[in-house]
Amino acid sequence: MNALGALFRRDLRVGRRLGGGASMGVVFFFILIALMPFAIGPDLNVLSRIGPAILWIAGLLATLLGLDRLFQSDRDDGSLDLLLMSRTPGEAIVLVKCLAHWLLTGLPLVIATPLFGLMLGMSPQALWQTTASLAAGTPALTMLGAIGAALTVGLRKGGLLMAILILPLCVPVLIFGVAAANAGQGNPVPFLTPFLVLCALSLAAIAGAPFAAAAALRAMNE
Amino acid sequence: MLRYANPANFLRLAGFLIPPLAVVTAGLLAVGLYLAVLAPADYQQGETVKIMYLHVPAAWLSMFVYIVMTASALGTLVWRHPVADAAQKAAAPLGAGFTFICLATGSLWGKPMWGTWWVWDARLTSVLVLFLLYLGLVAVWQTFEDQGRAARAAAILTLVGVVNIPIIHFSVQWWNTLHQAASVFRMGGPAISRPLLWPLLIMAVAFTTLFLTLHLMAVRNEILRRRLRRLSILEASAAETPIATTGGFADALARN
Repeated sequence: MNALGALFRRDLRVGRRLGGGASMGVVFFFILIALMPFAIGPDLNVLSRIGPAILWIAGLLATLLGLDRLFQSDRDDGSLDLLLMSRTPGEAIVLVKCLAHWLLTGLPLVIATPLFGLMLGMSPQALWQTTASLAAGTPALTMLGAIGAALTVGLRKGGLLMAILILPLCVPVLIFGVAAANAGQGNPVPFLTPFLVLCALSLAAIAGAPFAAAAALRAMNE
Repeated sequence: MLRYANPANFLRLAGFLIPPLAVVTAGLLAVGLYLAVLAPADYQQGETVKIMYLHVPAAWLSMFVYIVMTASALGTLVWRHPVADAAQKAAAPLGAGFTFICLATGSLWGKPMWGTWWVWDARLTSVLVLFLLYLGLVAVWQTFEDQGRAARAAAILTLVGVVNIPIIHFSVQWWNTLHQAASVFRMGGPAISRPLLWPLLIMAVAFTTLFLTLHLMAVRNEILRRRLRRLSILEASAAETPIATTGGFADALARN
């Protein structure tokens, strides 16, 4: 428990001080959203209608592309070997690293969502629904991405392969996330139904993904 | 099962099984396609219903190949079965091929029947995700240089992706959309009339034996490719050290 606490504090500190990990994720998220009005046209009616989908796609890409360094820097400096050889289970190590990573990159996205949603002309109801669905869904994306990051650890061109492997698995999260964000505005589906499924997906990913990611880390680090 | 962990035993078995399997596959395909052409046209769909004889077996095989790959993945991770690695690698492109046939014929069938090449309903989307998973697995095999690491990475990804298989199967029951519900394997017996059902079942068996033949051949090729690679490495290292005699390696090559 003590070792996990130390690892958590170390990851938070390293993430905050090195490479600007947290702020870069939000900036990338912002740029993706800012590109959309150029591609679609500045019509606020259109943008407000597809705003939740834009925020979700941007959130998905920003979360996944930020994850390729999750285990890579630890492998580069050798600390991954020490972590895996320690008596702490690999599954717990993965979970703690993902928690620290989500606090540094996922949570800022969620906090920034209402602000960026305003720029897309979204209604207050859509704003809070999108924010809530991203808060509930990004943990699942982080956990799925951790599997991809573990599978591609040590590969020189791992980033693109990781996206190819993990993005198909993110489809259910995207479906229910956008369904929850779009609920109630002329849609017959109430907010709570897709939102609860989204929470279930996140909980299942938190429970299951550490096992796959830890197995992948052990197999890839031999 | 574990007896065939020895690649030499497996090669003997494959050499024994491939010729009869190939003959059976050719015969079943000929009979199945002939019966499919003769089968009566549907009263609503006309002759387009015959796309079914390729579409439905390919759809079954796309899932069957994934299950074969999952079993091989367990063989890789649990027993470190060397033939299981080769079986996984050989199955991924075959599965992608069957899934592609399923998607392409479904699209060709959808245009006259539904009036559209593609809809984003649950069945089509989940099969598309299966196709992307196969492509991702092929990418894994191509990216890793060390085939042992590639086998373990592909095995873990295969086991994660297996959640999609029940989603594909139940997608037509959970979400009621354009794609029809299951009509062969269902409670109360098949909902297809006998003259249309028989050619379909023969085609399904033919596709299965086709897969088994191609898979056995691909696994055999993979094992031989690895042997050749190992022998060429041995020979290269023998050429560098003049003490070793090259005759032993030439003998080994001749034996294989």
